[in-house]
This record gives sequence, structure tokens and C-alpha cells, in this order.
Amino acid sequence: MSIRGKAYIAGIYEYPKREAADKSLAQLHGEFAKGALEDAGLTYSDVDAYYCAGDAPGLGGISMAEYMGLKLQHIDSTETGGSSYVAHIGHAAAAIAAGKCNVALITLAGKPKSTIKKGGLAMRGFGRGAPEAGFENVWGPSVVNMYGMAAMRHMHEYGTTSEQLAWIKVAASHHAQHNENAQLRNVVTVEDVLNSPMISEPLHRLDCCVITDGGGAMVIVSPEIAKTLERQCVKVLGHGEAPKHLDGGRVDLTYTGAVWSGEKAFKEAKVSHQDIKYMSIYDSFTITVLETIEDLGFCEKGQGGKYVADGNLISGVGKIPFNTDGGGLCSNHPANRGGMTKVLEAVRQIRHEAHPKVQVPDCDIALAHGTGGSIGTRMGSATVILGRADS
Amino acid sequence: MSEKKLRIPVPEINEETQHFWDATAEGKLLVKKCADCNEYHYYPRTICPFCMSDNTEWKESTGKGTVYTYSVMRRSPVQYCIAYVTLDEGITMMTNIIDVDLDQIKIGMDVQVAFVDTGEGCALPYFTAA
Repeated sequence: MSIRGKAYIAGIYEYPKREAADKSLAQLHGEFAKGALEDAGLTYSDVDAYYCAGDAPGLGGISMAEYMGLKLQHIDSTETGGSSYVAHIGHAAAAIAAGKCNVALITLAGKPKSTIKKGGLAMRGFGRGAPEAGFENVWGPSVVNMYGMAAMRHMHEYGTTSEQLAWIKVAASHHAQHNENAQLRNVVTVEDVLNSPMISEPLHRLDCCVITDGGGAMVIVSPEIAKTLERQCVKVLGHGEAPKHLDGGRVDLTYTGAVWSGEKAFKEAKVSHQDIKYMSIYDSFTITVLETIEDLGFCEKGQGGKYVADGNLISGVGKIPFNTDGGGLCSNHPANRGGMTKVLEAVRQIRHEAHPKVQVPDCDIALAHGTGGSIGTRMGSATVILGRADS
Repeated sequence: MSEKKLRIPVPEINEETQHFWDATAEGKLLVKKCADCNEYHYYPRTICPFCMSDNTEWKESTGKGTVYTYSVMRRSPVQYCIAYVTLDEGITMMTNIIDVDLDQIKIGMDVQVAFVDTGEGCALPYFTAA
């Protein structure tokens, strides 16, 4: 059994602001849900399934179902960090295909920017009680030095350079200049990235994503519901997910779980890399993008540095554009979780609703990938491949 | 090098890891080895993550290894080096590299364990140049 064509993304919403100090967390989830449902031409009363992750307040889906007045027959609070919402698409499609539900709502919201003044470096979330806690928390792990260790090893094994990593940020900034909601809209150069302050070697400040409030939502529906809607629905072609961890001490930080999630998604979608016209790649850091592109098979392992260099990821310039909204590196990384916004821009590309300056011509098939947790320790990887209704 | 010293944190200890931390107070770095599949693993568990055997045994590591990777944190009050060290036993563990010029740390360099007392009945297995 496959989920190919068994579900459609009917509605999306991304909060346009990057600060949300004036709103409650539940309020944000509810507002984003309303936005995505209105985009689809649906209402709260049409929703029969709800998906959320650790950013949802209270008892997760139960508290939010009550807040929004949802009457549900299916609920899923899979937590794989920032990739959760990409995984949720696969889970929702499977549930729809199994007849468990027809209209699945997925939300993400958070306020790290307005509530944590100096939170960028801290290790977040997965602390006390975790089996690894005693063996890691004493060493000063932060988000940045974990990814720094991955980048350092990749450079050692494959000769990847800081200049090559910088090209990823440069490409994101070229796209972000056209996104009026992006947190960072200035176009930067490779030199700008290399000259920005070193945070944790070898990652500079501009190798890191932004910290923003906000979030978004999406609505996944059955093919039968999709047919009744006026809005262009985007077909779910394939999905894959996989955790990757330290494997009992057999540590290898040069690859991510995308090696497994990507392969599964491509197989289910029955498409090849040449079919992908646009890709949203999780970009918590530049190294996240580089390893993921290799692991998804867009180039050979170790060749990611050459692949991303010289503007190859810039829309209209390179082979396959990535993160045409500016991504997490420049536009938005709400709640420190970038999976939702990755899918939203892929949907815009397929609907031909991306900014005209970055819209990929004839974008019939797109890929979105999420990397939750940390590539320096343990992560949840999730890939979806989406297409036009005729794909 | 900064005059400031790293604060010595106290690890979170549970029923499964108490023995590991007790041994650190005696200057011993213990690792787990499975008596059935003969594989070492880290961090230590009761059940072998490779073959599900209950027959795991504590072994004293040589405490020697090489730097698998590292990252020097430059944006904190005290700069420090976090690292993964691959022990002679073949397993890789997270640690800090200390008492070394931070600019001289390299992947592949030989290191050895250097315990630092937490003052709370256990010591942390830092590593330094061998």
C-alpha cells in the first residue's frame, strides 16, 4: 500500500510577522489553523483530525482541540523536533488512506524570539530524564557547537570549505530580498558570511538560521474532499521518515537521516531526482543543507560543497533552486522549528504563488525535507514529495 | 587563553548509570561490552543495543583515544572545546578537550582521559593531549 495520491494539501498559512509577543501560544495555533482552513475554503467544523508536536501547549492535541472546538476522530502528536510537521503529512495521508479521517489540520506556533532574550546558543528541550542526559549535558552542548562538530568532520573527510557553506546562505539571501516578511532581506556575499563573527567553529553567525516567533498551519484532505474545493490542491506523492542517532557509540556525523527518509519518499512518489523542480531543504545551519542535499541523492556523498557553490541553489541561476522564501537562514524559523515553513513554500511553488522573482517555471513536482533534533547527536528526518494534481 | 575556568557541572545520574559515575571517583572510565556479541557500546546501557542481550559487562577503558571531531565555542564567557573522542575500544563519546591551546586541537590528535572532580562524589571524564 502506498499513500501516493491518497491525500492533498488543500490549505496553507504562514504568519507574516516574525514577532508575536502580543498573543498567547494557543491563540497563535488557532489563528494559523483558521488561516489555513480559510485558504482551503473549510472551517473548524470540517476538521476531523488534528496533528501537532511539542510546541502545542497543554496536553497537546487535546488542549488545542478544545480551544478550537474541534470534534475529532483521529489525533497524532508525533514529536521529531522541527521535522514533525513534515512527518505529520505522511501520517495524515496514511490515516486518510486508511479511512480514519478526511480533513487533517497541522499547526505550529512558538515565541522564542520574544520570550528568550539570549536563547540562541542554548541547547533546548530534551533535557532531564533523557537516557543520554548525564553523558552530554555536562559538556556544554549548544545548538551551534553540535552542528559545528558535524561541519568540522565533513570538512575533514571531504574537503568541504567555509566558502562552500557560505554559498548556501548567499542563495537564501538572494531569495529573501523578494520576501517582504523575511527577517533578513539583505543580499549577502560569501565574504560577508566569512567575515561575520565566529560562533562555534567552523560556523559563523551567518551560517546560522534566524530566531523568530510565529509559525503556520496546513490542511490535508482526502481526494474526494479535494475535488469539492475551489482552491488548487497539491497532491502528496510520497513520504519517508527515519530517526538517526549515535548508534551506540558508532558515531558518524557526516550524514543525516535523509539517506533513509529521502529514499523512501522517492520510491513512494515514483519520481526521480530529475523530476524535482524545486526543493525546500531544512536550513537550521548551512551544514544542515549541505549534508541533506547529499543524503537525498542530489549529488554524491562528499560533493555537496561543489554542488552548492557558485549560486547553484539560486532560483533562475542554478540547477535546482532551494528555499525560495529565504528559508530559515533568512526568512523564518518559527518556534525554532523549520519543517512547517519548508512545506509551505513547496506548496506555493507548485501553486505558482511564490514571488514572481523566484517562482520556478512549470513547477509540477517539489520536495520538502525536515531535520529535527540535531545532526550532532540524534535527529528525526522526514521527506515529502508533492506535485500538481496531474502529476 | 582565558583566566576564567570552566564551571564543573554535576552529571545527571540514574539507577542504570550510578556504577559508571561511582567509578569515575576512582579515576576509572568504564564502558559496556556485550558478552554475547562482543561489541562495546556507549553511553552504557543494561541491554546491548546491538543484539538485545542482557549479558552486558562493565570494562575499564584504556582512557586513550583520538579526536573524531570538535568545535570551539567562541561566543561564551569562557571559550571551550566540545568534542567526540573515539576510544581505543572503538566507541565514540562526547567530552571536552581541556588543558590544550584551543587553536592547536585537530581531528585525529591523540588524547587521554583527564578526570576532574565535581565535588559531588564523581568526576567528569574530560580529555587532554596524550
